[in-house]
Amino acid sequence: MKTLLIAEHENGRLATATLNTASAAARFGGEIDVLVAGHGCDAAVAQAQAIAGASRVLKVDAAHYAEPLAENLAALVTGIVADGGYRAVLVGATSFGKNLAPRVAALLDVAAVSDVVAVAAPGRYERPIYAGNVMVAVESDQPLDVLTIRSTAFDAAPLGGEAAVQVVAAGPDLGLSRVVGRELSKSERPELGAASIVVSGGRGLGSGENYHRLLDPLADKLGAALGASRAAVDAGFVPNDYQVGQTGKIVAPGLYVAVGISGAIQHLAGMKDSKVIVAINKDPDAPIFQVADYGLVADLFEAVPTLVSSLEAA
Amino acid sequence: MKILVPVKRVVDYNVKVRVKSDHSGVELAGVKMAMNPFDEIAVEEAVRLREAGRATEVVAVSCGTSASQETLRAALAMGADRAILVETDVELQPLGVARLLKAVAEREQPQVVICGKQAIDDDANQTGQMLAALLGWPQATFASRMTFGEGVVNVTREIDGGLETLELKLPAVVTADLRLNEPRYATLPNIMKAKKKPLDVVAAGDLGVDIAPRLRQVRHAEPAARKGGVKVADVAELVNKLRNEAKVI
Ligand SMILES: Cc1cc2nc3c(=O)[nH]c(=O)nc-3n(C[C@H](O)[C@H](O)[C@H](O)COP(=O)(O)OP(=O)(O)OC[C@H]3O[C@@H](n4cnc5c(N)ncnc54)[C@H](O)[C@@H]3O)c2cc1C
Ligand SMILES: Nc1ncnc2c1ncn2[C@@H]1O[C@H](COP(=O)(O)O)[C@@H](O)[C@H]1O
Repeated sequence: MKTLLIAEHENGRLATATLNTASAAARFGGEIDVLVAGHGCDAAVAQAQAIAGASRVLKVDAAHYAEPLAENLAALVTGIVADGGYRAVLVGATSFGKNLAPRVAALLDVAAVSDVVAVAAPGRYERPIYAGNVMVAVESDQPLDVLTIRSTAFDAAPLGGEAAVQVVAAGPDLGLSRVVGRELSKSERPELGAASIVVSGGRGLGSGENYHRLLDPLADKLGAALGASRAAVDAGFVPNDYQVGQTGKIVAPGLYVAVGISGAIQHLAGMKDSKVIVAINKDPDAPIFQVADYGLVADLFEAVPTLVSSLEAA
Repeated sequence: MKILVPVKRVVDYNVKVRVKSDHSGVELAGVKMAMNPFDEIAVEEAVRLREAGRATEVVAVSCGTSASQETLRAALAMGADRAILVETDVELQPLGVARLLKAVAEREQPQVVICGKQAIDDDANQTGQMLAALLGWPQATFASRMTFGEGVVNVTREIDGGLETLELKLPAVVTADLRLNEPRYATLPNIMKAKKKPLDVVAAGDLGVDIAPRLRQVRHAEPAARKGGVKVADVAELVNKLRNEAKVI
């Protein structure tokens, strides 16, 4: 039995979600082939070789994989899987994986399982539905399952392996779509999905200026990533990739600090598996306090600067 | 240009659902239902394109029981021109829905299908991508902006690192994210008008596709509830607890 792990990479770096997904692939107990498709992707291939538990790295290098377009990648994966022996195709439940996996599944005529948080055995998975308010055990008799894996539910696979590289021929260039622009947020801070501390701001901050004036120093002090509620993103305080929640990013850091966030179920869906939750909100009845380990009922405009200076004091 | 908008009837997003005591599913009796919020955004986008003269017709389609007629009427009240119910009592999963939608798309020949990015009940985030695959069309998921050119649509997508703009050849499938637009509320006159707009019912069986569920949802459970914590009196106590009790800073 083999599983195919689709690597996500950018600028020569593997996405951390790929390492978490490798741990889910290991639950199948067979060989793991890691597919790295790209153009000039040797650096990513080298990192994939190091994933502990990887048996082989399938390297596909062609100009039409320079961008991770779903149409071309899905056609490639379908071709590789058709050659046989795979029990499952796994990819991280990132925007890359969510875009790609269902297309692969439909081409292979199988159902896909999204946001898998547990692999009990091949064909037996667990996943959240209804914004994480319900967990459902899913069983499949399909010969092949296509899964997206929720990173927060699996540890990153260790590095140190030395998987062999097998060069695989490119699939077709379908020419259906192309990238015409990209605006990536640049940040020196840790990646939101993988950070051990996250500071998140909501509508209570009132403006983008306040958001940064108050939360940047706090995040600096804590070495934290910055996140936000949907309301803060919709109001333009911060870009879309800050959004935590049912339809944004799922995070589970050691410490999550929610500032001026009410705690709607759609927000909780993205952060309630954090180890320790702190909430700062002036409304004592805000639902966020029902999940917070430490709740501070206070005006954030006073509490946050005080918090920053007391962290400085130590 | 014709636009097809698939809309799903789901539990209203404000409802906190409960698992049935035998764990066979979620309690739906007496629960408020509504159009999937992402599908409202998709309908809004399509209607705006028609209002701007870009699109000629907006067709809403829903797959499910006859209760989904209500969802289609809501789409008509927002401004869709006509509606199609693909009726079935079978439990639908994304692959089955995508197959039904493919059959409808082949009949209707739209230039664009705008789906929601995900249904807030199954949280699958699959159907649009599957439909695009089955049709052999390009796809742009998580759209926050759409602009049309000659034979193409440019779609800005919300991705993990920021934004990306794709150019897709038409016909194409787009899935709507939250920030594509802000859907309108249907006015009373439009709700009245919607009652007279055409709503065709097609039996799923007549479309000749396999919609049997491929996955068994064997047990539903509520996740372990988080224990409520404590309220701290001030910042000093908070810092003390984080340092000495939780030991996270
Ligand atoms: C389909 C759908 C998907 C969604 N997906 C997401 C998602 O992925 N992520 C997400 O976050 N939301 C999501 N939402 C939105 C969600 O329902 C809430 O509307 C949103 O989370 C609210 O954001 P908020 O807590 O910042 O704002 P609000 O609910 O307005 O809360 C602001 C809070 O700030 C507090 N406050 C105000 N001033 C101060 C002050 N001076 N000091 C201290 N506290 C103050 C207030 O007491 C209040 O509790 C989704 C909604 C829908 C319908
Ligand atoms: N039963 C259905 N009828 C019509 N459209 C649907 C149905 N199920 C899903 N969709 C469409 O597919 C999108 C994504 O759903 P899902 O893949 O289930 O998360 C929804 O937002 C709808 O646009």
